Amino acid sequence: MKFIHKYGAPKRFYQLAGTFIPWFAGITAVLFVSGLYLGLYWAPPDYQQGDAYRIMFVHVPNAWMSMMAYVIMASFAATGYIWNIRLADILARVSAPLGASFTLTALVTGSLWGKPMWGTYWVWDARLTSELILFFLYVGYMALQASIDDARRAAHASAILAIVGVVNIPIIHYSVYWWHTLHQPASLTLTNQPKIYATMLIPLIVMSLAFMFFYLTMLCVRARSEILLRERHTDWVRKLVEGKP
Amino acid sequence: MTADVLTAMRSVFGRELLVFWRRSTEVMTALVFFVIVTTLFPLAIGPERHELMLVAPGVLWVAALLATTLSLNHLFASDYQDGSLEQLLMSPHPLSLLVLAKMAAHWVLTGLPLALLSPLLAVQMALPAKAIGTLVVSLLLGTPTLTLIGAVPAALTLGVRGGGVLVSLLVLPLYTPVLIFGAEAVAASAGQGFASVAHLSLLGAFLALALSFAPWASSAALRVSLD
Repeated sequence: MKFIHKYGAPKRFYQLAGTFIPWFAGITAVLFVSGLYLGLYWAPPDYQQGDAYRIMFVHVPNAWMSMMAYVIMASFAATGYIWNIRLADILARVSAPLGASFTLTALVTGSLWGKPMWGTYWVWDARLTSELILFFLYVGYMALQASIDDARRAAHASAILAIVGVVNIPIIHYSVYWWHTLHQPASLTLTNQPKIYATMLIPLIVMSLAFMFFYLTMLCVRARSEILLRERHTDWVRKLVEGKP
Repeated sequence: MTADVLTAMRSVFGRELLVFWRRSTEVMTALVFFVIVTTLFPLAIGPERHELMLVAPGVLWVAALLATTLSLNHLFASDYQDGSLEQLLMSPHPLSLLVLAKMAAHWVLTGLPLALLSPLLAVQMALPAKAIGTLVVSLLLGTPTLTLIGAVPAALTLGVRGGGVLVSLLVLPLYTPVLIFGAEAVAASAGQGFASVAHLSLLGAFLALALSFAPWASSAALRVSLD
């Protein structure tokens, strides 16, 4: 708790995030370069899908991140709502557009992958549909945030919406078992032996980590600008902007 | 203490019914909307009975869902405007239970008539007779869930710019599981005449989940909106 109070103040977080951003950005760049090299050159072509499967190295991490970002967003929102921590409100708010763009990327890459594999850009498969609904949930969250002017009420109202929406995340996860349609079942689980070869698994994990660090970097960047916007009337921001010590 | 709470819930329920009865056009609007939207589909698709039968479960369920969404606005909005919602918040009884009584009244005035009216529209949409019972049961199980879930966005958007459209934007993604299993149950019993029990059980499970979760969430939402 002491830690939260020390770094939970927006001003301290602004400085802390400023020191972390170069490190996160560097790690992201290294992971992206090595992940793309491993995925596009090192991994062998699939015996059925040829080279087309390589879009998986972008598609799967984005789909994972779309769900993870929602859970993270809802956790920040709940933290802000329960303990009234402004920093958590800010992190939840800036997390939403990031999650929405992960979701959109997963949908677009998925439909591009679907064209050569299934012969069509879009099918009403369970997981595609749930991903689309997840996108709508993000849009609703952002619309609610945008339509309330008071920052505190906007944060608390959208926090309740996010917590209700979390009910959707398990449905997304289990939908593939419930409806069991075109989409292949998940290849990776924590409890079982992976069903794909290590030569394809390693690039996938590297790319997932790359997207995760990309998310962290962007979270810090966006939180910093949101903090500046909200604290624009305070002395420290004025000093910062005017460049005086 | 418990008797007090029950009395309070009963009086909230009675008051809601009375208020809605005096403004019965609002209740009728949702029902008429349900009828008109369903009538539009044969006009757009064509009068072939076989084609109508194929789309009937989906059309009826989507129309019921949209009618419920429209009616969500007068769950809290008029009480918010005349200030009686604030009185409700100041009551010593648990707000979630009072809100539950409001939701129950709302369902009695929108969901229940929808379900009772649906056989008529089912005949219009050429749904086989054996599926009509399933349709009524699925609506009876599904529409309370729609009211319960919808109360949360309705409470969140009180006094917000563009509230009406925003409610539909927030609520429709949350409605999808109910829609899927409701329409699926009707389609299953229209087709093979079995297997709809599983879908109905899932609808019942959603209702139980919403019943335990929604009153609490929407009373929290009301406290945020009236803060």
